[in-house]
Amino acid sequence: MYSKIKTCVLHGLNGYIIEVETDLSKGIPVFNIVGLPDVSIKESKERVRTAIKNSGYEFPLSRIIVNLAPANLKKEGSQLDLAVAIGILKANGVIINSNEEMAFLGELSLDGKINHIDGALPMVISLRENNIKKCIVPYENREECAVIEDIEIIPVNSLKQVVDYLNGTECIMPYKCEKKPDFDEEEVFDVDFSDIKGQEGLKRALEVAAAGSHNILIIGPPGSGKTMAARRLPTILPKLTFEEAIEVTKIYSVAGLLNTNALIKSRPFRAPHHTSSQVSLIGGGRIPKPGEVSLAHNGVLFLDEIPEFKKSVLEVLRQPMEDGVVSISRANASHTYPCRFMLVASMNPCPCGYYGDPYHQCTCSQKSIEAYLGKLSSPLLDRIDIHIEVMPVDYKDLNKNVNIECSRDIRERVNKAREIQIRRYSKENIHCNSQLSPRDIKEYCKLTKNAELIMKEAFNKYRFSARTYNKILKVSRTIADLDGKEIISENHVLEAIRYRSLDKKYWG
Amino acid sequence: MIDLSKKDILIWLNSLNIGNQNIEKIISQVDDIRDIWYMTDSVINRFKNISSKNKETIIKNRNEDYLKKVLYILEEQNIEVVTIYDENYPKSLKNIYNKPLVLYIKGKILEEDEFAIAVVGSRKATSYGKWATEKFVKELVNLDITIVSGLATGIDSIAHKTALEYNGRTIAVLGNGLDIVYPNKNKELYKEIAKNGALITEYFCGVAPLPYNFPQRNRIISGLSLGVIIVEAKGKSGSLITAQHALEQGKEVFAVPGNINSIFSEGTNRLIKDGAKLIMDVEDIIEELYQLQDRLNRVKKENIDYSNLSELEISIVELIKEGPMHCDTIAMKTGMNIKEVNSILTILELKGIIKEIGGGIFALS
Repeated sequence: MYSKIKTCVLHGLNGYIIEVETDLSKGIPVFNIVGLPDVSIKESKERVRTAIKNSGYEFPLSRIIVNLAPANLKKEGSQLDLAVAIGILKANGVIINSNEEMAFLGELSLDGKINHIDGALPMVISLRENNIKKCIVPYENREECAVIEDIEIIPVNSLKQVVDYLNGTECIMPYKCEKKPDFDEEEVFDVDFSDIKGQEGLKRALEVAAAGSHNILIIGPPGSGKTMAARRLPTILPKLTFEEAIEVTKIYSVAGLLNTNALIKSRPFRAPHHTSSQVSLIGGGRIPKPGEVSLAHNGVLFLDEIPEFKKSVLEVLRQPMEDGVVSISRANASHTYPCRFMLVASMNPCPCGYYGDPYHQCTCSQKSIEAYLGKLSSPLLDRIDIHIEVMPVDYKDLNKNVNIECSRDIRERVNKAREIQIRRYSKENIHCNSQLSPRDIKEYCKLTKNAELIMKEAFNKYRFSARTYNKILKVSRTIADLDGKEIISENHVLEAIRYRSLDKKYWG
Repeated sequence: MIDLSKKDILIWLNSLNIGNQNIEKIISQVDDIRDIWYMTDSVINRFKNISSKNKETIIKNRNEDYLKKVLYILEEQNIEVVTIYDENYPKSLKNIYNKPLVLYIKGKILEEDEFAIAVVGSRKATSYGKWATEKFVKELVNLDITIVSGLATGIDSIAHKTALEYNGRTIAVLGNGLDIVYPNKNKELYKEIAKNGALITEYFCGVAPLPYNFPQRNRIISGLSLGVIIVEAKGKSGSLITAQHALEQGKEVFAVPGNINSIFSEGTNRLIKDGAKLIMDVEDIIEELYQLQDRLNRVKKENIDYSNLSELEISIVELIKEGPMHCDTIAMKTGMNIKEVNSILTILELKGIIKEIGGGIFALS
């Protein structure tokens, strides 16, 4: 009495098909699971036994051996419960008919119900890649899985339902999304850019940053609206493409952070607190889980008060920022997660916050200011395209109501600019201007004669480094895209230079 | 026995680091300074008003080996020594109280350095202080005036840097030996000044930058200069000591005014209250210094050249003329979009008409 059932485990974001072989033989009743199961799977024995009993079936009193093949792969996750239970029931003859290529995912509870699992989406994607045509998933995971085409998603609530379905006594229709995820749908936010009075310069800088996914550093005294503006950044971020949405949802699914159980349609905005550790930022754990940088993939990583972060924590950001992926190795596994995020950082100009503030006295010594700024190493600064300095708004300005733009208008411009970029880079492996390599810059950042002259003059006057020069070109590219121009003209360059002139002041 | 000159003896005494005034006291008690080298220990022990510890130091190091070592160090470090016995001892220092008897110099002091003005201020500069320092130093350098300061962080460093940037001469007066760079981050600046000016100190190599050296060094800063500009100073700032020295030496004291609610201008504002000259531009300085009056006429007053500017650019320049202004305010007042304002500001900065003084605030350069 032998049965073979398919299921899936995850390693990082990749799913591997697991065959659950079950054999019932005569002897002293035992129930053994072999094939490198981890603790959560070993514990599943009790869940499976009770769930089968409470679903009204008999748990076979025989020698039960369950093998998880391939046996050399370490397996973890409670989604194997269902496959083990079905394997036993099939070997026991309760399930008569199941020849189809079908995979089973689901965690059992003691009463036989099937619970929500983490990482359903990436598993379903891998199953489809392995030509599995049908997949049984927990009812609560149906929405996230249904975005994948070419695979039938059978949502189930209980073990009994699965048995009935397999035996043909109950018919469950494959779950289809009622409508395709609509990415043009306007998101509703309870904050808006029009809440910010004054600070036109900052708003514009954020618009440029959002359009080209440029990293941005905001410097200003307390109360100048840095955090307020950054918190409103999600309202102007360009919409996610379908591919990007899948990538994001996969990561969130693995991390178990999928709240709505449906495809994530807005760009993630992660704001870890400055006491965060290296592991929480980069990812890790015994079995490496994605960290904040991966959770911010295709979205924004907002580090408020960046010098308050531990220096070692900031330095680990350098490699992921450069590569767009982060590989985490632990004794048990080595996983790679994507992490192409836009870094938004804010900081005060000094420890007390008031250096350069026209209304308050700064009480820091020159030494403590230098130590504070020194927290940001120049390699890290080099990776930030836009620097902007803000000042608190005058009371007069707070009450003024002159043509304040709302997020919707800005978002429209940002979206247009991003579409231009996606079209332009359709042949390349990049999505936006911030990802341009020096070679790409030569190809895609064409300047008018006048603009070139200005670049030359600025280069001499401000003594920019070669790296800064490239950054200005990238930012100019985005500004030109916002303007709908294919060739970068002098106005675009001139504006872009404004976002770098800080280099000299603090760190020159 | 080698033939020792007066200068050698003076250098030897100075290298013992027993204090400038003590050396003066000793000299006043002997007919010829060279006698100190040859007199018996008991005569030395009978010097009045000299502590026994200092006498001991003198006696202990009164040998040729020590003197040779001193001279060797000076030669090795490429340090020039000027003493009061020398012809080229700076004229401006000759008549000050407690004049430094020995000066160690790296770089060159030229005759034209007679026309020098000191620019000093607090170690921590605000953006206003930075801007004001740059403005005055630039204008003074344009008049071929040497800038004297103390190589400290903040206003001092900015003054030196700006002077070098505009190809002017600058002199740094140190409170430590020339073999030590203090603060260490000014290492590059130290080298630059040695090339285009001079580093001066009355302390022999190896003397550390001890706190009580700095007030002492301030008398040389003011002594070398015709006048002293204090850009920013808190209520109790070392710069005020320089101002005090300047007053005692009969030099002019100039102070840059600041907001009365700014603690960084408390010292300078008080100086103005007490009679220092309030300065707003370089003419205010020259007014007090008859020696420099003819220089001002040589350089014609700079005016903004409007011929190269577009209408929008002119309107922004006109606005900034009213006073330093934030780019958001400019956008609001002109009704222009911030992106246009930003690009015009950059082009005006490139043309050298305006300058960002920090925090997104722009001022005429």
